[in-house]
Amino acid sequence: MATEFHNLQELRHSASLVTKVFIQRDYSEGTVCRFQTKFPSELDNRIERTLLEETVKTLNSYYAEAEKIGGQSYLEGCLACATAYIIFLCMETRYEKVLRKISGYIQEQNEKIYAPRGLLITDPIERGMRVLEISLFEDRGSGGSSPSSSMSSGSSAR
Amino acid sequence: MKNCEYQQIDPQALSTPTPTPPPHQGDEPEKKTEPKRPKRKWEVFPGKNRFYCDGRIIVARQSGVLPLTVGLILVTSGLFFIFDCPFLVKHLTSCIPVIGGVLFVFVIITLLQTSFTDPGILPRATPDEAADIEKQIDNTGNTSYRPPPRTKEVLINQQVVKLKYCFTCKMFRPPRTSHCSLCDNCVERFDHHCPWVGNCVGKRNYRFFYTFIVSLSFLTAFIFGCVTTHLALRAQGGKGLVFALQESPGSAVELVICFFSVWSILGLSGFHTYLVASNLTTNEDIKGSWSGKSGEDVTNPYSHKNIFINCCSVLCAPMPPSLIDRRGFLPADESAQTGGTDIELPTLATKSEINVCTQGTKGLLESAALPPLLSTSCPQGKPQTAHPCPDISPAVNSDPSPELSTGCGAHHRASSHRDASPPRHTKTRSKKCKRAALHIPNPAFDAPVSPTSPDTGPGSKGRGHKGASFAPLH
Repeated sequence: MATEFHNLQELRHSASLVTKVFIQRDYSEGTVCRFQTKFPSELDNRIERTLLEETVKTLNSYYAEAEKIGGQSYLEGCLACATAYIIFLCMETRYEKVLRKISGYIQEQNEKIYAPRGLLITDPIERGMRVLEISLFEDRGSGGSSPSSSMSSGSSAR
Repeated sequence: MKNCEYQQIDPQALSTPTPTPPPHQGDEPEKKTEPKRPKRKWEVFPGKNRFYCDGRIIVARQSGVLPLTVGLILVTSGLFFIFDCPFLVKHLTSCIPVIGGVLFVFVIITLLQTSFTDPGILPRATPDEAADIEKQIDNTGNTSYRPPPRTKEVLINQQVVKLKYCFTCKMFRPPRTSHCSLCDNCVERFDHHCPWVGNCVGKRNYRFFYTFIVSLSFLTAFIFGCVTTHLALRAQGGKGLVFALQESPGSAVELVICFFSVWSILGLSGFHTYLVASNLTTNEDIKGSWSGKSGEDVTNPYSHKNIFINCCSVLCAPMPPSLIDRRGFLPADESAQTGGTDIELPTLATKSEINVCTQGTKGLLESAALPPLLSTSCPQGKPQTAHPCPDISPAVNSDPSPELSTGCGAHHRASSHRDASPPRHTKTRSKKCKRAALHIPNPAFDAPVSPTSPDTGPGSKGRGHKGASFAPLH
């Protein structure tokens, strides 16, 4: 079944949400923000494994860069402490800069890779950095019965 | 088809719009004026927090003894500058008021930042997430009143760590996260709920808290030293201490306050310096999570094994962003539908928790193609807005970083999912809030501070006193 959409606009207007897949956090290295690179089985026939893994790995590297403790962060921390942390009111922190980069990256990935396959990645910051949410869409015209059958993910748990 | 009382959440039941129009629009005076005003997310925040200045300032529901803390600091410092500084400047050096002034400014600024910053609150799970997690949990369907606590084990730096499931927030808590029952939120890297600052101390405001107590110990010790010197100089020449106290009565007050507080504050600073150096939280230290008292070989998996690196990672790490996005707008279709429509959920033993969850999660769901999510309303808690605060801070849109706005009227939202009589309660509170941004609407706060979730043992009750209190000043 063809779930080809040309861009995000078309996706939003002509598709219906089928289900959501959640990629959870990977805590093996502590409390730093990392997402698991395990491929969810629901996406088996929707997207190539390597593409999703690449996206997750790039996101993980962005988050690692944001939380990196190094020379620059020491300087920022000491300067902030010396000014009683007032500079946090004036300056954009490094983390916020990286977060903006991340949302730009996710937007770009959505447009280029995921929307044409009927998927949509939600920025983890909108979910409290707990999960990477991937929404699966079906074309409304062709997917008449599929929404109800795919809702089995919610109802089968009963 | 399970017989257990705890039924899984079906996100479809929550997200399908009901066919009947909301019947309660006439009952809500705050809705009829501006049906199209987009609501900000803080107005529908599910935790027990209060917000001022249109979401820029966040405090816990009970401000505890924050006014007392501020009052004591102001009074002591004021007396110091009025009574002791003139004498000491004349007889010693004029650096003294300068040093005192710098310390005082540091103390007040860091105190306000600790109180008004989001400590690292984790937003509650959306219904879809919660349903997904439920699917993964193997529910054996027992018939006890509450299902057994759900835990998940992860391996962090070769150390097994148990992650607990939070029934209120509907998610597995990340490591080092704990649910504060006073604020009804899960807080990342939860240290303790401090009544003296009227807020939780967590990942985002721990550095402010630490700077506050360190500078307060310096300030207290400095004032104590100066007052002692002042009285000693005055009592010279055989005039005696009583004569000196009569000449400078303010110094007596300062002496008493500083004498009793310097030990406790110094002790607290020392304790937190130890925690910072070993990358522990008060919560973990009190519970003995990594001390290996149960005989097994446990070490702190978060420690970098180097004091300097530990200190830097706690105090100098990049400031993480606020995850709750207080000032963001709800999608327009949600805010227009905040009528009184109740979503019927099956009667369960744990219904109250599900109600709390749906009330909260509706505000967080923003998906591109989801049908408009009807907001639920618990029969009890309704967001009530008091008189709007004039927006005095220029041009800071969705900056979640802590902001100090002085002189701003109170515009808060009281949310009480579990209170018995909220409408009268919130109205009284809104009137009181008009007077000042800092006040205690409820003078009695819970003495036993239990920051952990309800499913932990009773041993957690006692921890509040040890970790949270600065030791009684009186």
